Amino acid sequence: MSQLQAIALSCERGGRPLFAPQSFTLGAGQAMQIEGDNGAGKTSLLRMVCGLAPTASGEVRWGGQAIAEVRTAFLRDLLYLGHHLGLKDDLSALENLQAASVLAGHAVDRESALQALHAQGLATRAHLPLRVLSQGQKRRVALARLLLSKACLWVLDEPFVALDPAAVHALQQVLHNHLEQGGLLLFTSHQSVNLGSAVVPWRLNA
Amino acid sequence: MTMRWFYYAAPQTFYGLAGRLWPWLAAVALALTVAGLWVGFAMAPTDAQQGEGYRIIFVHVPASWMSMVIYLAMAFWSVLGLTFNTRLSGMMTRALAPTGALFAFLSLWTGALWGKPMWGAWWVWDARLTSELILFFLYLGYMALTSAIDDVRRADRAGALIAIVGAINVPIIYFSVKWWNTLHQGASVSLTRSPSMAQLMLWGMLLMALAMWAYTLAIVCYRVRTLIIERECHTDWVQALPEVAGAKA
Amino acid sequence: MSAFFALVVRDLRLAFRRKAEVLSGLFFFVVVAALFPLAIGPEPATLRHIGPGVLWIGALLASMLTLPRLFENDWRDGSLEHMVLSPHPLGLLVLGKITAHWLVAGLPLVALAPVLGLQFDLPPDALSMLALSLLLGTPVLSCIGAIGAALTLGVRGGGVLIALLVLPLCVPVLVFGAGAVEALGSGLGAQAHVSLLLAMLLPAVFFSPWACSAALRIALE
Repeated sequence: MSQLQAIALSCERGGRPLFAPQSFTLGAGQAMQIEGDNGAGKTSLLRMVCGLAPTASGEVRWGGQAIAEVRTAFLRDLLYLGHHLGLKDDLSALENLQAASVLAGHAVDRESALQALHAQGLATRAHLPLRVLSQGQKRRVALARLLLSKACLWVLDEPFVALDPAAVHALQQVLHNHLEQGGLLLFTSHQSVNLGSAVVPWRLNA
Repeated sequence: MTMRWFYYAAPQTFYGLAGRLWPWLAAVALALTVAGLWVGFAMAPTDAQQGEGYRIIFVHVPASWMSMVIYLAMAFWSVLGLTFNTRLSGMMTRALAPTGALFAFLSLWTGALWGKPMWGAWWVWDARLTSELILFFLYLGYMALTSAIDDVRRADRAGALIAIVGAINVPIIYFSVKWWNTLHQGASVSLTRSPSMAQLMLWGMLLMALAMWAYTLAIVCYRVRTLIIERECHTDWVQALPEVAGAKA
Repeated sequence: MSAFFALVVRDLRLAFRRKAEVLSGLFFFVVVAALFPLAIGPEPATLRHIGPGVLWIGALLASMLTLPRLFENDWRDGSLEHMVLSPHPLGLLVLGKITAHWLVAGLPLVALAPVLGLQFDLPPDALSMLALSLLLGTPVLSCIGAIGAALTLGVRGGGVLIALLVLPLCVPVLVFGAGAVEALGSGLGAQAHVSLLLAMLLPAVFFSPWACSAALRIALE
């Protein structure tokens, strides 16, 4: 049963705790939006949940077990999109998606990748090197990974940044579908989002 | 027993322990140094082959030993630090490094001083001296890495890793240098051909080695105390320390 | 395994789209090899004597130069995080990157060295031993260098710092690699040297990805 538990998570920066210990639970079909001022530690919290950053205290549990113990299974179920897109400028959008999917553990074929790019409105740019795309278009390539992903836990850091209204709407639709299918969503955003289902806001105080 | 070790692994308790220990260790070091130098330079007999110049081994050999022992100690603390994630381990490794580098440098320099009157050259590429030189580079690498990384925790952990990798490589490096040295016979005037050891000479070297060990322990205690104050300066107990409060006043 | 090959292919693709970076390492090798005769003098006997050593050092330094690039780009654009978060073992992925790096930066040196060896008037059997020793030695250099590259991600003084960390650890490879050619020349036979190079290659390939993974996780914290 997919369930994410954060138990008394805290982290330090410069020797001082960034925020008070945070505990929350996220179940299937649920979404949580982390809010807070700049520097409150939203990105740090997401990175701790993924296991990228060490915790000063507390632990993260996936399906009832500590993520350190079920690492491979947890990583297979996890999709993380951070500030940096994880895309190579010298590769085309298609090549990027194919490489990224192999790394994520679910290789996709050419057709599916092209379809995902088409859904993001990038069909004509699928074979161009990423260098020539705009920032917003690059973001949409990164978000095309969401369409191809089989992971059930999505951890997204500011996914709506640099998107035009149409793209924002499209992304909201994708996230909504994900939740409908029983996926979990943990994300940060400075703007309010309409995902159809109830989104639990979580305020991180500095 | 384990609980006691973990008790002293907390910076606060170690600070107190180190504070009590280092003056005694320094005194012991001084006493042993005087004794060792006395034995080495005043009491030990003149060597039949090498005359008076050989006496430098009373500094050279213990310094070499210490440089190797300290590197092993660094590797030990590094393994502890990476396994148990204790802050003190990183501080111990950082505190040991400059002293280890110092002994390595001392060993190289005294090796050169020995070589000049004996073999006529300031530097000979014999296996031990060359290995010592590479060990010196390993120390420099560790210190360069830890000072280049700003984040203290990352610097400690990265340094720990390079110390461990270096320690694993030391036997390989030594073996390869010995091999290289035996092949190039022309250059190998061996400094390892030490004079036949009279009992007294061994005692002299042992005393000097113990003196250097005591010195190392003393200076490491002192250095770790400084590191603790630096790193834990935001905690209450550090602010309340007389030396810190006095400095602020 | 497919992830390993996918990563190798990806990195090779990236390298071929940035040929200038790759070629600059090779040109450095050529330039350095040419500097020694200029500094020491062109007497053939001297050159034959120092040739293997000079070429080995040139290969070593050229490898050092290309190392910062190994993880730096991935770190900057976030791909490294995806590698760490991949369900595939990080060690396997790192081995893929090291392999691609060696194919692009190390293997060309192996091919180029005998050609440069002609400048040092080395006999044919020395040239082939040089190529063989480099073939066995450059992967070890890539493996050890990768650890240095992983530890110094994003740190100032990158390239020089890597060299300072890694060169002492590469001494055994240098000793046996250059020694192999010399042993052949002096009639002693290079069997032992080659076996020792192999003996260093296997542990390096096994342990380096593991050490690199630890170093990368430390760098990403």
